[in-house]
Amino acid sequence: MSDVPQQLQYTKDHEWIRREDDGTVVVGITDHAQHQLGELVYVELPEAGRPLKPGDAMAVVESTKAASDVYAPLAGTVAGVNPALTSQPELVNTDPYGAGWLVRLKPADAGPAVALLDASAYAALLDAAH
Amino acid sequence: MREPLIFDQGRPGRRAPSQAPGIAGPTDDLPAGLLRRAPPPLPEVSELQVVRHFTRLSQLNFSIDTHFYPLGSCTMKYNPRASNKLAMLPGFLDRHPLEPEGHAQGYLECLFDLQEMLKAVTGMSGVSLTPMAGAQGEFAGVAMIRAYHVARGDAGRTQIIVPDAAHGTNPATATMCGCDVVEIPTGPDGDVDVDALRKVVGPQTAGIMLTNPSTLGAFERRIAEIADVVHGAGGLLYYDGANLNAILGRALPAAMGFDVVHINLHKTFSTPHGGGGPGAGIVAVTERLEPFLPIPIVGRRDGQYRWLAESDRPQSIGRLSGFMGNAGILLRAYVYMRLLGAEGMRRVSGFATLNANYLMKRLAAAGFTPAFPQRRASHEFIITLKDIARDTGVTAMDFAKALLDKGFHAPTTYFPLLVPECLLIEPTESEARQDLDAFAQALIDIRDLALRDAAEVKRAPLTTPVRRLDDVRAAKQLDLTWQSRASDRPNPTASPN
Amino acid sequence: MPFIPHTPDETSAMLGAIGVRSIEDLFDEIPAKLRVDGLPGVPAGLSEAAITRLMRERAARNMPSLCFLGAGAYEHHIPAAVWEIATRGEFYSAYTPYQAEASQGTLQLIYEYQSMLAGLTGLDVSNASLYDGATAFAEACLMAVRSARGARSRRVLVPRYVNPVWRKVARALLAGQNVELVELAASAGRTELAALAALEGQDFAALAIPYPNFLGGFEPVDELTDWAHARGMLVIAACNPTALALLKPPGEWGAKGADIACGEGQPLGIPLGSGGPYFGFLACRQALVRQMPGRIVGGTVDVEGRPGFTLTLQAREQHIRRSKATSNICTNQGLMVTAATIYLSLLGSEGLRRVAAQCHANTRALVAALTGLGGISAPVTPYFHEAVLTLPRPVAPVLDQLAAAGILGGFDLSADFPELGHGLLVCATEVRTAEDIDTYRRVLAGVLGVAVAA
Repeated sequence: MSDVPQQLQYTKDHEWIRREDDGTVVVGITDHAQHQLGELVYVELPEAGRPLKPGDAMAVVESTKAASDVYAPLAGTVAGVNPALTSQPELVNTDPYGAGWLVRLKPADAGPAVALLDASAYAALLDAAH
Repeated sequence: MREPLIFDQGRPGRRAPSQAPGIAGPTDDLPAGLLRRAPPPLPEVSELQVVRHFTRLSQLNFSIDTHFYPLGSCTMKYNPRASNKLAMLPGFLDRHPLEPEGHAQGYLECLFDLQEMLKAVTGMSGVSLTPMAGAQGEFAGVAMIRAYHVARGDAGRTQIIVPDAAHGTNPATATMCGCDVVEIPTGPDGDVDVDALRKVVGPQTAGIMLTNPSTLGAFERRIAEIADVVHGAGGLLYYDGANLNAILGRALPAAMGFDVVHINLHKTFSTPHGGGGPGAGIVAVTERLEPFLPIPIVGRRDGQYRWLAESDRPQSIGRLSGFMGNAGILLRAYVYMRLLGAEGMRRVSGFATLNANYLMKRLAAAGFTPAFPQRRASHEFIITLKDIARDTGVTAMDFAKALLDKGFHAPTTYFPLLVPECLLIEPTESEARQDLDAFAQALIDIRDLALRDAAEVKRAPLTTPVRRLDDVRAAKQLDLTWQSRASDRPNPTASPN
Repeated sequence: MPFIPHTPDETSAMLGAIGVRSIEDLFDEIPAKLRVDGLPGVPAGLSEAAITRLMRERAARNMPSLCFLGAGAYEHHIPAAVWEIATRGEFYSAYTPYQAEASQGTLQLIYEYQSMLAGLTGLDVSNASLYDGATAFAEACLMAVRSARGARSRRVLVPRYVNPVWRKVARALLAGQNVELVELAASAGRTELAALAALEGQDFAALAIPYPNFLGGFEPVDELTDWAHARGMLVIAACNPTALALLKPPGEWGAKGADIACGEGQPLGIPLGSGGPYFGFLACRQALVRQMPGRIVGGTVDVEGRPGFTLTLQAREQHIRRSKATSNICTNQGLMVTAATIYLSLLGSEGLRRVAAQCHANTRALVAALTGLGGISAPVTPYFHEAVLTLPRPVAPVLDQLAAAGILGGFDLSADFPELGHGLLVCATEVRTAEDIDTYRRVLAGVLGVAVAA
């Protein structure tokens, strides 16, 4: 059974979102997503400062058998990316909610966002798919 | 069984001297700044070393000539040697592609006759032979569909519909042509969900890309209805000829309502797969798309054959190759088609279908699960191993590897994507019953071993030149050239100029 | 029955096992109104003896000529071993090496090919080949547009003397993706550096540089490369592979080297073959490898730690990425690459350098012989193994008369490059002899009505 931490928010595309005290938002992919992909061999990350609309493809996670876009959950700009993934993409597999985070976003002041799910709603989504 | 890299077999100064001029001509008039400072790192080996090395490499391969090769959707049938020998006659092989038409009447006649035969087997009215692979044929087809709509002032049609079971080239092609892709689902019986299709067609529809029989190994029974829906909405129908072998001489894509078709000559018409190419993906169209066919095309006037090019076809989507596609492959297909003749072509589809249905029945009787047991197999069929995988952990990939140990090339695995743990099996017409029986028995033996000792199956292959390879390492620690390894060892080819 | 092994007994036993009476019954899912029972328009089958006779007759009707024509396809010596080995059944009748354990021969060969092409171009990596030079050029332009992160432009700057057919093919293939090829002005057979000033401030993804260019001459590759890099553009080298044995590789152009190299692989052991199959090559810097289309083979180890080869970076490709793939291509030109790898092994760097140098020397001798007739000039120098001759009168009728005498005299440039006047592109590769060149000289003298010493 996939790990779905309570304190995070989720999208139906199997991304997680954590709001930080400094107002930025950290985005990664869920344990379920990394399991589906298999061991990652490459992560393509955006340049800092890139403006994003909700739903824009902002990163790509790649295994030997699959590749998946990661979408911006809200409007904002790229404030930073996880530099460790360049040499160790497998961190996304081993620690998807921690050391395997992908992108830090600075949200726009007011902007649309994709629909976010809480942990129980996301867990229900996973159950329904099985 | 390991063969060293050719680079590692060389010694400084060793050559195959009869293959190059004895002395090089002067280059003193070339600017010094343009000359190469160090020679390129090519092997320094003798002719015998080269012959032995590449002969040994060839022996590390499975091939049709050495193994049963039931690779679904690839039509790995016997490639007659006559096709190769006759396409390589000096009169064809030594011709410069820009020689005048008057010097090339024999060659042009072969291509013209090939165009005519391809019209006959598709029911279409125009053919272009230039696309160099199925994927380029797809490109030509979708580009023609786009050009047709634009020429009619209907440029807003940019959506291409593909079934979820489609080959990956279909959506990739649509993107290359600047179109958006809309996927429609497959119903439980393997046919396209026509109700879903009705919901997505409209004034934005450029066309639909279909394979028939589909990649699921079954004939699309509601094809006439699908054609009505798409045509009714103003779109066109594209026939992906990947599976033409199944219906050759028994049904015509034009009669099914298709407007454009590509045919993989390396599948249905038995030109070599060559370790991954060259193929040929000729396109055939109905009358309304003829003006848009890629050029050049071979025409005939007053008994003389000639190229039709820009001035003859001003609305053409253009040229897709530097000269005339994969010309030598076209000649090979021509020879094969003349060897078969009309009756032989019908026998191809008949016996390809007989072999597939026989093998499917035999496997079903032995307890394997066809993906669509209620359907007639086309020239290929799918079995799903999801129950065995669930019960034993032995997957379709494990079966594939275990088959290699038993002397069979594996079927296609994990395609189409929507059938879990699947093997797509295409025996082709050129395999004898005893080979089908032996293959079925091999699958049965592997299944029985999986039930007894799953770990043993997962160790396969044991008899191949290498065992299972680390794909993750290959993708993470990129080792794409010999030079990238050179820091690990002395460089045997470094020599003073 | 050709290529079908079934005996009548086997056929009936198999039909019985399926539970149908006849082969026709196996097609009962095809709606009756769609079924046909014959193929009018396809003749009856022939025996191998009969088709052999037919093909020999047709091949004989293709008149052999003495070839001084290049323009993208070149007659070179091909060692006998190349095609003897390439057409071995184990290469000829294998497919894409998806089952790596059963395809180590093809995989290792492609790895060796990639190494050779990377070495020739002076770049880090090569793919397993594309269809031909023209499509490789188009894919290189697309790749540059995808890779040029800084520039948002979808325009590629293409000098006038890139092969005109390649430009046509690239336009056909790129039109749907709104990639625009912008012509860079030229004069006297090469790009004008002065013309670059007019482009300042415009945004381009890449500059493509032909090497040598279609006229056989040399662009100012170092200056162009540095100019493009200073403006954030990528540099694509469109090169002749034979020339690369002699000439500075694209990876060494300018201060930083070209980013991508592509070209027509035909000169590397592939027969003229009436136009195909050939193969296109594509190489690039390591940093761009994930934008490269087509198959790539990598080294790795098996479960026992033994070295082996496998297809890698497949997540770029259509079977995984579908509509987001780098290209729709699935095949390479595997058999052609097999031949080219054997060819390059047999020639080696010294052999290939001699071939290149002899091509150059023969073309110089040809130009000297023909300009010596008087009234003919060679306006573009230096050149590699093709040169422009300016004739005193229209080229097409001259070529017709030469052809009637069994000589392919060259490529008529007047339609594509009218600024050259009556321009004729000639080529003499290493297989042409002094006698061949003299034959051309004497026949051309006759055509032009010039008196020559015998």
